[in-house]
Amino acid sequence: MAQRAEERKIRAPRFPRLPRLLHAAFVYGLLILASLFILLPVGWMLTAALKPDTAPVFTFPPEWFPTEHWNWQTFREALVEERFIRYTANSAFLVIMNVVGVVLSSSLIAFPFARLRFRGKNVLFTFLIATMLLPAPVLLIPQFLLFYRIGWYGTYYPLWVPAFAGNAFFIFLMRQYMRSIPIELDEAARVDGAGYWTIYWRIIMPLCVPVLTVAAVFQFMWTWNDFFGPLIYLDDPEKFTVALALATMVQRVGTEWNEVMAANLIVMLPVLIVYFFAQDKLIGGIANVGLKG
Amino acid sequence: MSIPSQRLGRPPEVPAPTSRSRAAAKEERVAYLFLLPWFAGLFFFLAIPLVYSLYISMTDKRLISRGRENFIGLDNYVYMFTQDGFFYHSLYITMKWIVLSTPLFLTGGLLISLLLNQKYFGMNVFRTILYIPAVVSGVAVAVLWLQLLNPELGAVNYVLTTLGVDNPPYWLEDPKWAMPAVVLMGLWGVGGTAIIYLAGLQNIPPHLYEAATIDGAGAWGKFRCVTLPMLSPTIFFLVLNAVIDALLIFGPLFVLTAGGTGGVGGPDNSLLFYMLYLYRVAFVQGFMGYGTALAWILTIIGVLMVFVMMKLERRFVFYESED
Repeated sequence: MAQRAEERKIRAPRFPRLPRLLHAAFVYGLLILASLFILLPVGWMLTAALKPDTAPVFTFPPEWFPTEHWNWQTFREALVEERFIRYTANSAFLVIMNVVGVVLSSSLIAFPFARLRFRGKNVLFTFLIATMLLPAPVLLIPQFLLFYRIGWYGTYYPLWVPAFAGNAFFIFLMRQYMRSIPIELDEAARVDGAGYWTIYWRIIMPLCVPVLTVAAVFQFMWTWNDFFGPLIYLDDPEKFTVALALATMVQRVGTEWNEVMAANLIVMLPVLIVYFFAQDKLIGGIANVGLKG
Repeated sequence: MSIPSQRLGRPPEVPAPTSRSRAAAKEERVAYLFLLPWFAGLFFFLAIPLVYSLYISMTDKRLISRGRENFIGLDNYVYMFTQDGFFYHSLYITMKWIVLSTPLFLTGGLLISLLLNQKYFGMNVFRTILYIPAVVSGVAVAVLWLQLLNPELGAVNYVLTTLGVDNPPYWLEDPKWAMPAVVLMGLWGVGGTAIIYLAGLQNIPPHLYEAATIDGAGAWGKFRCVTLPMLSPTIFFLVLNAVIDALLIFGPLFVLTAGGTGGVGGPDNSLLFYMLYLYRVAFVQGFMGYGTALAWILTIIGVLMVFVMMKLERRFVFYESED
């Protein structure tokens, strides 16, 4: 008994000593309040999206959850008339190019840093870290002007070609991960006559799936959510990405707000789905960055 | 006929390339082959733009120019510091945002993470919900909040009215309330900060709390003497991130202001963050040279701020491995 009491005392600190039940009520109460702060606006948005064109989209007092109207037609209008099906396809294309490009190139670049011996390795690696600190704005305008000059303005090229040159942050993550794989594997493969490419592609890559997934998920979210790039490089509405189309839709005078809200939900949905499935990897990845940053 | 000196200069015996060194040479060749995409990227997307950037920041380059740009030396920079009121204004707005929002987000995030760190049933459900705003696009969040903050029909003012506020603010339409409106929107995403805190909290070794308990520390004492110092590297990281984010924030503010009365920058330019001003100068007005100069000054400001914080880090941040 005494030991139990002792054990119970040794614990992470709680909020000021309240009886256990009160403490639980306090914690749950605050967390439910915070969750409502997140969920109510989302419910409000869904309610607005489900309104038919005839009903007032926003009412006073507000409706937090859909009760009266269930007009799924709005989503069809957002997808077809407002062409969000097209914008989703555009964004999906960019996501695929970016994810494939960044995962392939970053792992390719990380491989020699992690597993090969060559002169200048340390200097180059230090340089790689330094490029992570380089601020994007400085490169923004000159890159724009250069892409403009070679005729890439108004095309998708500026939005995915750079991905094939690797991402310093991912290269760093993958190099760390590859280093944790025993080098004996490479040596055994070499004895069996495997070349470096085979070692990279057949041995290292399959073992790196967890870190490759983290990179892919991050890149998916960045590309899907990217706004500045599409804003400055795309001029043809046919080519707009979801984020750009949404921002343009809001600015248009006389927009139907139920359709805006439906479009907004359509834009949020893919990211949320990926988030729910890749939660642990994503949060683990973020946490690691936070600790080692 | 042989020249002796030449024969002397030659090493006594040139070692025949062994299979070992040949393998090493091959390894090196392969390594550089693997690095090729990186080198190409560095050259085309980094080195060239960087040099070009330095050059155009010293020209009067326009987006649509009739002729070649003129080299004007440091005139852009001189103009920026001596005559450009908007430059100082946008800096002021950015700094105001950092001062207003950072303490709020960091405290809010800490509070949420402390709640999430309690060992109760269902904490991962709350974690999932609270992290939602951090994954969806800033543009989508801004579109939602644009309506939530609508003075007449927005939900925010409804809640305020129910709470007994007679004249709820006009938020994004009022220069005085535009910044608080964005802070409120930012608070919606505070779960992102909380997750990083949570990782920090879960890495605090339990024996420290045991020791504190034995020393007779209460909950507050443990928080102040164990949790906070152990979290200080996390807090430092978050502050650093908050400052860099503030210097770069663009998308949500573009959405919140571009359609409004004041255009990009909000009413009376009350939301003219640095990147918004840079965008306006370079891509709306078309002054590419001046915009690039603004970008260089932004970089210098960023580097200076990071440098100052790194200096302060030694004073305020505790690293366990140091002792």
